[in-house]
Amino acid sequence: MYRSLEEAVRDATARRATLAQVALAAEAEDQGRTVEAIRAALGRALEVMRGATGRGLAGDLRSASGLVGGDAAKLVAGAGAGAVVGGVFRDVLARALAVQEVNAAMGVIVAAPTAGGAGVLPAVLTGLAHARGLSDDALVDALATAGLIGAVVAERASLSGAEGGCQAETGAAAGMAAGAAAEMLGGTPAQAGHAVALAMQGTLGLVCDPLGGLVELPCVFRNATGSAIALAAVEMALAGITFAIPVDEVIDVMGEIGRGMDVRYRETAGGGLAATPTGRRLARERLVQIKRGS
Amino acid sequence: MVSLLDIIGPVMVGPSSSHTAGACRIGLLARDLIGGTPETARVELHGSFARTGEGHGTDLAIVGGLLGFRPDDERLRGSLDMAAGEGLDFTVEKTTIEGEVHPNTARLTLGRRGLSITVTGSSLGAGRVELIEIDGYDVSVSGAFPTVVLLAQDRPGSVARITGILADDAVNIATLRLTRKRRGGDAFMVLECDDPIPPDAIGRIEHLDWVRWARALRSVADRPGAPTGPRR
Repeated sequence: MYRSLEEAVRDATARRATLAQVALAAEAEDQGRTVEAIRAALGRALEVMRGATGRGLAGDLRSASGLVGGDAAKLVAGAGAGAVVGGVFRDVLARALAVQEVNAAMGVIVAAPTAGGAGVLPAVLTGLAHARGLSDDALVDALATAGLIGAVVAERASLSGAEGGCQAETGAAAGMAAGAAAEMLGGTPAQAGHAVALAMQGTLGLVCDPLGGLVELPCVFRNATGSAIALAAVEMALAGITFAIPVDEVIDVMGEIGRGMDVRYRETAGGGLAATPTGRRLARERLVQIKRGS
Repeated sequence: MVSLLDIIGPVMVGPSSSHTAGACRIGLLARDLIGGTPETARVELHGSFARTGEGHGTDLAIVGGLLGFRPDDERLRGSLDMAAGEGLDFTVEKTTIEGEVHPNTARLTLGRRGLSITVTGSSLGAGRVELIEIDGYDVSVSGAFPTVVLLAQDRPGSVARITGILADDAVNIATLRLTRKRRGGDAFMVLECDDPIPPDAIGRIEHLDWVRWARALRSVADRPGAPTGPRR
């Protein structure tokens, strides 16, 4: 697989191909599998993503602690009244919350790139595809592009909140979703690269500070705001806006910031929202509730 | 080498790729090492596994893995209640493992049919795992490939015999690691392979009189899925 997104953009541009095509070709060569088999596997991931989205939108799930769940349905229920931006934006936010609510309730999701950041990619991709009437084939290609971006981030920086903070989870997910969506909506490989950079610049420094160390709060909402950042990046990149720092350098600096991040901000619940007075109190109460429930 | 399908995956029961899916994989690998569902299991959780394991279902996931459930199997949620019916008697406790180990680490001491084994495994993130110690030997087993693990007397030609048996079954070896505590003692061999390991090959390896025991570890992708759950 590529270790440089800029190299993948150059290859795709030279071959008049998409990032999805060069990613699938590289994966086929690396793994000794056919492109059809890889696309079939991505298609199954897409089905699980859809299942999780639908399950979460039903709105009847609660997490182990009881602190998260049911919020995706609120966005759907109030879709007509009082929407600020509304439309596809609101639908994407609802989908992101839905997948994370399923995750927090020990439902089945696709960790893409991780479980804690699993809401962004299905929300942005299926939300936009639904709005534009795009086919499953287009979505499978988008997942291949997203996988390429995630693989480069894994190689150059990190996809782990414990290593790099939330910028490495929902931040990376926002970059993956932005690049994949930009290409899915007709953007060039170069525009997709800028979409990744534009999304990830907006999440640099984001800490991982879950209450009680559990993938619930603020993780569920970080997936919604991460999706919003991805949408903003797509909107800008497709308008022809470029980001002056090359995308590989943005990814590299995300890794560097992660390595320099105090351990309190790397999934340990020692800092950030987890360490606020209310964060500590809720974490204590929820752990009692989990013990009682089991 | 990172695969697209590692990034767009795994399909898993939430909420945490490291604390739930990775924990389940450690249980699955340990299950293969003891040769099936253990009769007894002492599960010790270290670091972040100990601190936040309960809220992440780490205990459910490890016990589910010991019962043979994959990370995408919704039965993981009820594994603790199912264990007794499967003949598994287990305990879960918190511990501190000495030395420099990953914060998401578990030590499993398993018993089955008169055998016992102690395995320490770490969950590295995104569902990837590494077994770091088996019965006191430092090892590195990822479980990403079909893997042969064996303990044998350290003697000339042993590697050649083992690789010869695998070659006869057209099993290609991706990596090979040898660990020993001293010269001429026992050596631990870990062979990660490109192809599934035929049970017959393990039989022939175990038949060698200088091999103490040998096991095949299946990669998660090669395991049967949940009866009703989604396909991988």
